[in-house]
Amino acid sequence: MEGLERIVLAHPFFAGLEAELGPLISGCARNHRFDPGQYLAHEGDPADEFFLIRHGKVALEILPPGQQPIVFSTEGEGAIVGTSWLVPPYRWRFDARAVELTRAIGIDARCLRDKCEADPRLGYAMMKRIAPILARRLTETRMQILDVYGKRAK
Amino acid sequence: MGAAAVADPFVPLPYRVGRVRRETRDITTLELTPVAGDRPDFQPGQFNMLYVFGVGEVAISVSGDPAVDGGYIHTVRDVGAVSGAIAKLHAGATVGVRGPYGTPWPVEAADGGDVVFVAGGLGLAPLRPAIYHVLRRRDRYGRVVLLYGTRSPADILFRQELERWRRRLDLEVLVTVDRADAGWRGDVGVVPRLIGRAGFDPHGTVGMVCGPEVMMRFTATALHDAGVANDHIYVSMERNMKCAIGLCGHCQFGPDFVCKDGPVMRYDRIADILTVREI
Amino acid sequence: MADVEPPITMQENMQATLSREGLRALIEALAARGYQVLGPTVRDGAIVYDEIAKLADLPAGWTDQQDAGRYRLERRTDEALFGYAVGPQSWRRFLHPPIERMWQAHRTPDGFTVTTPEEATPKFAFLGVRSCELHAIAIQDKVLIAGPYVDTGYQRRRLDNFIVAVNCGEAGGTCFCVSMNTGPKAAAGYDLALTELLDDDGHRFLIEAGSVAGAELLATLPHLAAMPEDIAAADAVVARTAGSMGPQLDTAGLKELLQSNPTHPHWDDVAARCLSCGNCTMVCPTCFCTTVEDHSDLTGQTAERVRKWDSCFTADYSYIHGGSVRTETKSRYRQWITHKLASWVDQFGTSGCVGCGRCMTWCPVGIDITVEAAAIRAAPKRSRGTGQETDHGGA
Repeated sequence: MEGLERIVLAHPFFAGLEAELGPLISGCARNHRFDPGQYLAHEGDPADEFFLIRHGKVALEILPPGQQPIVFSTEGEGAIVGTSWLVPPYRWRFDARAVELTRAIGIDARCLRDKCEADPRLGYAMMKRIAPILARRLTETRMQILDVYGKRAK
Repeated sequence: MGAAAVADPFVPLPYRVGRVRRETRDITTLELTPVAGDRPDFQPGQFNMLYVFGVGEVAISVSGDPAVDGGYIHTVRDVGAVSGAIAKLHAGATVGVRGPYGTPWPVEAADGGDVVFVAGGLGLAPLRPAIYHVLRRRDRYGRVVLLYGTRSPADILFRQELERWRRRLDLEVLVTVDRADAGWRGDVGVVPRLIGRAGFDPHGTVGMVCGPEVMMRFTATALHDAGVANDHIYVSMERNMKCAIGLCGHCQFGPDFVCKDGPVMRYDRIADILTVREI
Repeated sequence: MADVEPPITMQENMQATLSREGLRALIEALAARGYQVLGPTVRDGAIVYDEIAKLADLPAGWTDQQDAGRYRLERRTDEALFGYAVGPQSWRRFLHPPIERMWQAHRTPDGFTVTTPEEATPKFAFLGVRSCELHAIAIQDKVLIAGPYVDTGYQRRRLDNFIVAVNCGEAGGTCFCVSMNTGPKAAAGYDLALTELLDDDGHRFLIEAGSVAGAELLATLPHLAAMPEDIAAADAVVARTAGSMGPQLDTAGLKELLQSNPTHPHWDDVAARCLSCGNCTMVCPTCFCTTVEDHSDLTGQTAERVRKWDSCFTADYSYIHGGSVRTETKSRYRQWITHKLASWVDQFGTSGCVGCGRCMTWCPVGIDITVEAAAIRAAPKRSRGTGQETDHGGA
């Protein structure tokens, strides 16, 4: 698994990770390839896996019934897709669809969650990396909700 | 192209509407040519007060190329009585023009380094003259980046021009939208997110940001976080304008008059005041 | 007292003594030279500025009682012509009129043309301009005609503006010109300056020329040489006025104080009292904000643009994109006082306040600008941008 471990640790999400934790994570990792239009996950699915995007582009979207899906974010190279795996009830809150050919590392979330419970150092290392992403996405999402380019109601 | 001599700065000069182009559902670009004389020279970032007979005046940035002869190019969004009236004009109509006014984008000061333009929505229009200026003197600058964000793919302004620019080898253009349907193969998300992906050296880079004020605040912070110095970031402010010549008081933003100390303002000088409620 | 005509001297700062007859002659001389003579007169229970033709038009024997939110006229025990402070109006209403037609637009077959009104510019002679008002005029000169763009109407009206100043013999209840270094003695910006003397030696005026035009006019009026006793008496009048100021404004570091406290809790305190009525901006001699209205006639053939006084306290003063930037009274009051006492320094090099006290007198709830500034100064400094109680202990 050495080649995969190297790829996992090279991903920006794991920048600065302590060396001993590497094998713990890569032990839960596997390679993925998604063709354009293929879904990584659907809303409501158990969040059993999250993805480190190596290249390509993934659209995060929600489908209101009777309407076209609305894409509210795209994530590309160097980003991660899926944070609900860390927070109960561990369910995907949106659909994730590959826009172009996308290569990603999938991390088995149940596997990683168990290891985090057993080793707080690993748990903290994951939380430390997820929290800034959540904070940034929250700020960005708030900006989107403001609809700054829209016209103010008179 | 000479400067028109205006004895009274309160009096608009008549201009004729030439070409009119519907850009998006609520944005229109018009070319205005003086009825008498030549169009005055203007600098990128400046604006005119456009008058519609009997309706009123509104401040609109010039969105055309300062180096090209011809009339003023203005890109107007229908958001009120006057702008709505302007958006409905046809070729041959007459409007009143006072200007050009205001402080320009620092295109000369940016010489020698990388330049990042960040535009949001209609903000691409006041930035366009600066982009033209930089592209005309391309060899004086390092990396040139244009980041553009808007509401949705249907709202992308100057789309053909953006595509043309993106095809250049000496200009990086990244576009994002706040929301899209599944047919959009581009990026979705706020414009500051594009900063990390663009290839420029933040040290010495000049950032020029134009768009809704919330977007500019957010973007300026993001540029700063990416390593661009606060005194190298410029934004284009907007406030209520009546006279546009510093005599009516309305456009005050702290101690500055947006009409003559702006609209282009250096971010470090206003960063504190930008976050004060109702200043 | 027989008036003797001395040899004509054109010293710019010549001093002389004028009797009541001399003052009457001054008014008539100005009128004869084509000036519209404007000065104080009693109307509707206040002393306002209007046309003056004779001495009897002046508020002889009147004084004013002023306090925050209070103005009353009272009879004096003497017949002094200038025994009061300032009323609700300032000279601004003549130089920078409340309503002014800027231009007209006329439809033509292929568009429209714009014409400016061909109105003769009146020649104003102001009689009774106080030192604070001289400073206010100088401040408005700076704002309106010393910048990159000039208010052409104001400029025309100032060109031929003859000013007869009066050194105050009474400090009004809300006056604080001493704090602002704007009085009570007129120092510059006048053609003639009077100090009213009313004592056992009679009712007379020490008159000083402040310009060549003033000296020329003075030389034609019946007058006497200024006696040292009268000069001393005039100085004493001014000194007494200076010593009887009511309010005080500590201007040391005031600009930085106001600009660094935009979220001070005291603004909530003022906001609870301020009615956002805008009286202060109407009576202030330096306020210059205006708005424009575009009208067209019923046929739609003629449109015109009219400029009117505006106030930063109105709801849509700061309107952009479907709403106002300053929706709360708090932010509007903060804007007004910060502009007047702080931003003005950045913009025009001096304070915008001349200490005339009008904003205090004519505020329906008696807000005192000196008290509000002092309140900000007295309380611990608050951190900018947070609404929280953080005492930075000197930071």
